Amino acid sequence: MILILLIAILLLGGILAAISARWSTVLPRWISLVAIAVDLVLAARIWAGRLLSASNAWYDEVDWNWVPNFGIHFHLAVDGLSFLMLILTFFIGIIAVLCSWTEIREKIGFFHFNLMWVLAGIASVFLAMDLFLFYFAWELMLIPMYFLIVIWGHERRVYAGTKFFLFTQCSGLLMLIAILALYFIHHQTTGVYTFQYSELLGTRLSSSAELAIMLGFFVAFAVKLPVVPLHTWLPDAHTEAPTAGSVILAGLLLKTGGYGLLRFVIPLFPHAAHKFTPVALALAVIGIIYGAVMAFSQTDLKRLVAYTSVSHLGFVLLGIFSWNALALQGAIMTMICHGLSTGALFVLVGGLQERIHTRDLNRMGGLWTVVPRLSASALFFSLASLGLPGLGDFVGEFLVLLGSYKVSVALTVLATFGILASTFYALRMMQRAFFGPRTNSWQLVDLTPRELLMISAMILGLLWLGFYPQPVLNIFAPAMHNLQHEVQTPAAALRSQP
Amino acid sequence: MNATDALALLPLLLLAGTAVVVMLGIAVKRSHELTMGLALAGLAASFLSIFAVARLVPRQVTSLLLIDGYALFYLGLIVASATAVAVLSYQYFAKHDGQHEELYLLLVLATLGCAVLVTSIHFASFLLGLEILSVSLYGMVAYFTLRGQALEAGIKYLILASASAAFLLFGMALIYADTGTMAFSSIADLSVGKSNLALLLPGIALTVTGIGFKLGVVPFHLWTPDVYEGAPAPVSAFVATTSKTALVALLLRFLTAGTRQSPAVFFVFSVIAVASMCAGNLLALRQNNVKRVLAYSSIAHFGYILVAFLAAATMAPGAIAFYLVAYTVTVLTAFGIVTVLSTSEADAADLEDYRGLFWRRPVLASIFTAVLLSLAGIPATMGFIGKFYILASGANASAWPLIVVLVLTSVIGLFYYLRIVVTLFSAVPERQSAMPRLAWGSAFVLGALAFLLIWFGVYPAPLLNLIRATIGGLN
Repeated sequence: MILILLIAILLLGGILAAISARWSTVLPRWISLVAIAVDLVLAARIWAGRLLSASNAWYDEVDWNWVPNFGIHFHLAVDGLSFLMLILTFFIGIIAVLCSWTEIREKIGFFHFNLMWVLAGIASVFLAMDLFLFYFAWELMLIPMYFLIVIWGHERRVYAGTKFFLFTQCSGLLMLIAILALYFIHHQTTGVYTFQYSELLGTRLSSSAELAIMLGFFVAFAVKLPVVPLHTWLPDAHTEAPTAGSVILAGLLLKTGGYGLLRFVIPLFPHAAHKFTPVALALAVIGIIYGAVMAFSQTDLKRLVAYTSVSHLGFVLLGIFSWNALALQGAIMTMICHGLSTGALFVLVGGLQERIHTRDLNRMGGLWTVVPRLSASALFFSLASLGLPGLGDFVGEFLVLLGSYKVSVALTVLATFGILASTFYALRMMQRAFFGPRTNSWQLVDLTPRELLMISAMILGLLWLGFYPQPVLNIFAPAMHNLQHEVQTPAAALRSQP
Repeated sequence: MNATDALALLPLLLLAGTAVVVMLGIAVKRSHELTMGLALAGLAASFLSIFAVARLVPRQVTSLLLIDGYALFYLGLIVASATAVAVLSYQYFAKHDGQHEELYLLLVLATLGCAVLVTSIHFASFLLGLEILSVSLYGMVAYFTLRGQALEAGIKYLILASASAAFLLFGMALIYADTGTMAFSSIADLSVGKSNLALLLPGIALTVTGIGFKLGVVPFHLWTPDVYEGAPAPVSAFVATTSKTALVALLLRFLTAGTRQSPAVFFVFSVIAVASMCAGNLLALRQNNVKRVLAYSSIAHFGYILVAFLAAATMAPGAIAFYLVAYTVTVLTAFGIVTVLSTSEADAADLEDYRGLFWRRPVLASIFTAVLLSLAGIPATMGFIGKFYILASGANASAWPLIVVLVLTSVIGLFYYLRIVVTLFSAVPERQSAMPRLAWGSAFVLGALAFLLIWFGVYPAPLLNLIRATIGGLN
């Protein structure tokens, strides 16, 4: 029941926030903050109260009949992977509310409504264990995000929002077709109509059908992740969205792509995914290098950070398709740490834009003397982003590279060049914006206590993940063993056939 | 024909009776309220009688009409949507000067025509129903005789509908000449395994032309945008929903699953479906008029319905029924919004009329957003479940090319729906006109429709059960 509560609190909180805006401009913010904080506490309780019996793979679950005519269930469940993503969701959610505290001054109620509902959609995506419900949530998180971009975004917001929506919707519909194909093939072989994840897991597919269906899922997740030829919506959406929108996009929405690959593509279609490995790895490395090179050549600070996401999430794809424990652990670490470090960079860039009303690197310079605390924070997160040992991002990318080394030395070397390139763009950003001669006479306010609170929480998170990542890896371990099990059993079965 | 037969025909008889009563009522006392009250009472009585008849089905009344679960389901849908149109018309026409009473007479007659169509199993009743419907619609479309656009729309509809009726008659004659029967079931039986199709095939083609015109599918779609734009908004709603629903219901009876799978018919309908999906969505892209957007989107939506129609798997009739309900609810709501925002000078058709609506009338704009998302097939709306059902029936029949076209074109469609959504949420323009007040009746209808739109989008099981209980037995 706690899972239903998690989502219901967000949905109701959103409605309350929208209504309360009639009386106060602060009330919606507090309502959202409290609602997400309550969710964070509840989610932590799931961990405390988890069922540790070996027979139950889930910490907690809810399974209701929803549309019996089609065999659709309202099935939410949480395991280690979902749990980590859920905690990240609520943490980033709190950051998103805090970072828009002064930025959003218009239509506050509706803003927080959308913010809460997009979080509810994302949380449902991480919890859904029925493919129909998953698709439902997958599409549903799109609409509030679209509104966040289109109403509160910057200059080219309508273009960016529409592009984002069209890309996601098109790939989502391909996934829907793939889901339906899986559904009917499962019915043909077993006579049961079901969208249940656990039941569809063992569906016997011909290898061509498996590849086609896998591609349907892969495209949807590749658009979100993003994988390079399908990434073009990302720089626009990230740049034009309000700060909270960018934080949620980078911190959470991209992670739904990685989560989808881990939860659905690999376990449901192990053989096809295995066959697809060379392509996926090549795409991953292209993404890592392309993202880094593009980031290096940007003058728009937000766009720069957006392209670093393309580069970092290339490591997630690389890790997932390296098929070993180290790389998988690296992928999950990268997902979480990228959420913190890039989220923080967006918060800082957003704060900077609120102060100087531009994101153009050419117009900045010498900011360190003006806003030392903000600049120092930016330095910290830039270092995290370029993979400084001791910070979380390093652990993730290092593990991925260790794992992928076993698969392909050449690709690993190329991916390492991506890290090298990240040094260039991160240092260039620091140099152009914060060091160098002062080109203007801005008198700016340094980080406020509210901003300091957010930033220190994220700094602590990254330090903790960098020095002591073991708890995260432990939480992920059972889910990862299942993953490896899923991968190996069908492979073994295939080998044993004459 | 005995007493039980008459009882089975009760919904139709009540509609016919209502038409007479409304006509006499107008003759005695000209009053907008009274006339609408009579029409509404008649429609409500007809709707309720469907439940009374439900225990008699299936029952064939003469060789012309068949009252079965299928017919009753569509009767319910038609009468309910006509009722919504009647209520919406009241506020709309009350704003305009002139005599509005005859509109309700025509509306009830047109509904009767639709009711005959969904119960008909014979060419004679088919043609009768179609003509009752068409002739009433000529009057309804051109009801504002002083508006040039309305007259143009009316004349266009008159000429094209008459031409298509001629095609239809010729097609019927050819089929009759070949098979010697006018009953749908016998035609289907006789045409199975027939080697000489020289008469039958042109006959079916001409009949399909006639039906295709009424559905507004490509290449018979040219009247759609002009008529939608020119006709009064509630009448456009009726043309878009009730009349098309009746024709789809009839088409499913006329072309049985077997006939649809014959290569020639399948090919023709595939071409029509693909062309409708592409043309409807592409042509809507450049429109700035909400009524025209809805017209082009309806072309595309009937393309989607034809995909399920062609799939012909066991799921198809259910998928079509659900989609028609979803489409009816959605489009009625859309035209309902246009209706309540219209002023006595002009209909609120221009996209600019909707700029910033959300910040001025949040509830209305939210409902309109839900409508647009439903048309685009986004979850938590009926449109999504409908599209899902159609995709499912297509996937079940492995009609992959059609499904892929459906998906790609609906992404194009998303573009112009989003454009309207953006307009709703953009900043309020400087120079703003006064917002018309919302009448109780319209508010109730819009609220109820919006509730259905979301409720069946989130929890479709009751409607699916109803469809399975009534329509499940068709194929």
